[in-house]
Amino acid sequence: MSLQISDISKSFKDLKALKHISLEVRENELFGLIGPDGAGKTTLFRILASLLLPDEGQANVAGFDVIKDYKQLRKNIGYMPGKFSLYQDLTVEENLNFFATIFNSSIEENYDLIKDIYVQIEPFKKRKAGDLSGGMKQKLALSCALIHKPKVLFLDEPTTGVDPVSRNEFWGMLKKLQKKGITIFVSTPYMDEAALCDRIAFINQGEILQVDTPSAIVKNFAKQVLNIQTPSIYKALRVLGSYQHTHSIYPFGESLHYMDSRKDFDWNEVLNHLRNEKIKDVEGELISPEIEDVFMELSRN
Amino acid sequence: METTIKATNLTKSFGDFTAVDKLNFEVKKGEIFGFLGANGAGKTTAMKMLIGISKPTAGDAVVADYKVSTQADLVKKNIGYMSQKFALYDDLNIKENIQFFGGIYGLNAKLIQQKYQQVVDNLGLENYVKQLVKSLPLGLKQKLAFSVALLHQPKVVFLDEPTGGVDPITRRQFWELIYEAADRGTTIFVTTHYMDEAEYCDRISMMVDGKIKALDTSKALKKEFGAETLNEVFLKLAR
Repeated sequence: MSLQISDISKSFKDLKALKHISLEVRENELFGLIGPDGAGKTTLFRILASLLLPDEGQANVAGFDVIKDYKQLRKNIGYMPGKFSLYQDLTVEENLNFFATIFNSSIEENYDLIKDIYVQIEPFKKRKAGDLSGGMKQKLALSCALIHKPKVLFLDEPTTGVDPVSRNEFWGMLKKLQKKGITIFVSTPYMDEAALCDRIAFINQGEILQVDTPSAIVKNFAKQVLNIQTPSIYKALRVLGSYQHTHSIYPFGESLHYMDSRKDFDWNEVLNHLRNEKIKDVEGELISPEIEDVFMELSRN
Repeated sequence: METTIKATNLTKSFGDFTAVDKLNFEVKKGEIFGFLGANGAGKTTAMKMLIGISKPTAGDAVVADYKVSTQADLVKKNIGYMSQKFALYDDLNIKENIQFFGGIYGLNAKLIQQKYQQVVDNLGLENYVKQLVKSLPLGLKQKLAFSVALLHQPKVVFLDEPTGGVDPITRRQFWELIYEAADRGTTIFVTTHYMDEAEYCDRISMMVDGKIKALDTSKALKKEFGAETLNEVFLKLAR
């Protein structure tokens, strides 16, 4: 195991940020921690990076205890916080040199690890980090987190606020790093990124809701999802919001996802109910759920 | 159909660099208009011109009946604006925020009190009224910010990535508020990085390198680009 977390709890005054979290991440796994803002993701990252002490519980990263062995641990992990934390007044090159030197290494020594990422920002190596665009800052931060060749890489919401094209590229880079033997523990609020991980854990309000591969999570979901299409989405949403058999009704892109409160149901009955309420051009079909359907259902309980 | 936003060759250059290059589009009353683009495509610069805080270097736009080039102050009075970065004062409570923003927009005390009660009832905030805004859950904060942006009943409200980081359920509740406002005739101009949210919009524009490269309904865009999802359309356009 690359990461072993057992029964970790952490409170800030009255706020229970983490409630008895237990989790294991295998060697060389690309593991995703999926949850909204305020779920406790960053608190968990800070504990695993030995920057914050848990109130209860234990955690091991790459074989090192986050409390007792913190000095060793820090040499073996790379941590990219959610907030840009490099030196804004230093240039791209100076930042990278600085982090390499701190870890008794050099840019040359581990260049092959960062090469693919670094070549994209190398043309700007004389530019101050503070003057880089969002996408370039992210690449520099990743390069700095990798420069000492860590065994485990922690990435806290690396793609928040990043456009879909850059997000796509970023996940491509992560897959490549994984092939080089690095274990990656990454958090994201974007449900669509969950599918790119080997395994994921859903986290909400300080609790882990479920841990599994993305495909198993979807496959084991017990409820049926009815996908409804109509030009009058808002009206249909209101009608089903007050329908007696509705378990949940949510907009999903240009459709609505409906779940029924009964065990078995005839979905044509639901569509006919809409038609009776004068909703135009109603169409529907049963679909396999998306990761987001599952997350929402779990976080309702 | 009444037009709330009309951009005509709207352009902004910084020296040699043209950040926004001759935008032409119209947004109708009560429409939900999605304004999409990669980071650095020029969205923020365009939005700044539309809300009257940055002057175009060429072209113009009419927003809520006023020209952004010469009547920027009137534009500002007649629109609502909410962004993820700035929306409410954290160190004030709900009522103080509403009094402050209501005052700025020239609402009288009686109307402010009435609006305050409406917002509290609508969003179910009874249990939070004494708290400072900073202690509210993020999702509630954003719903409150949206309601505050609508206090003075603007014709159009600009939302700059309003739902970043919010959990999927709250995000959808937020969109129900948007639908509701649009249903009452408010025009919604919204930027987002969530492609599923883009699909909630009546029409979507996609900006690449300062220009609008595509503008249509989500269905039509997918058809035009032979794509299964809007994400694919985006990737095809931006590459």
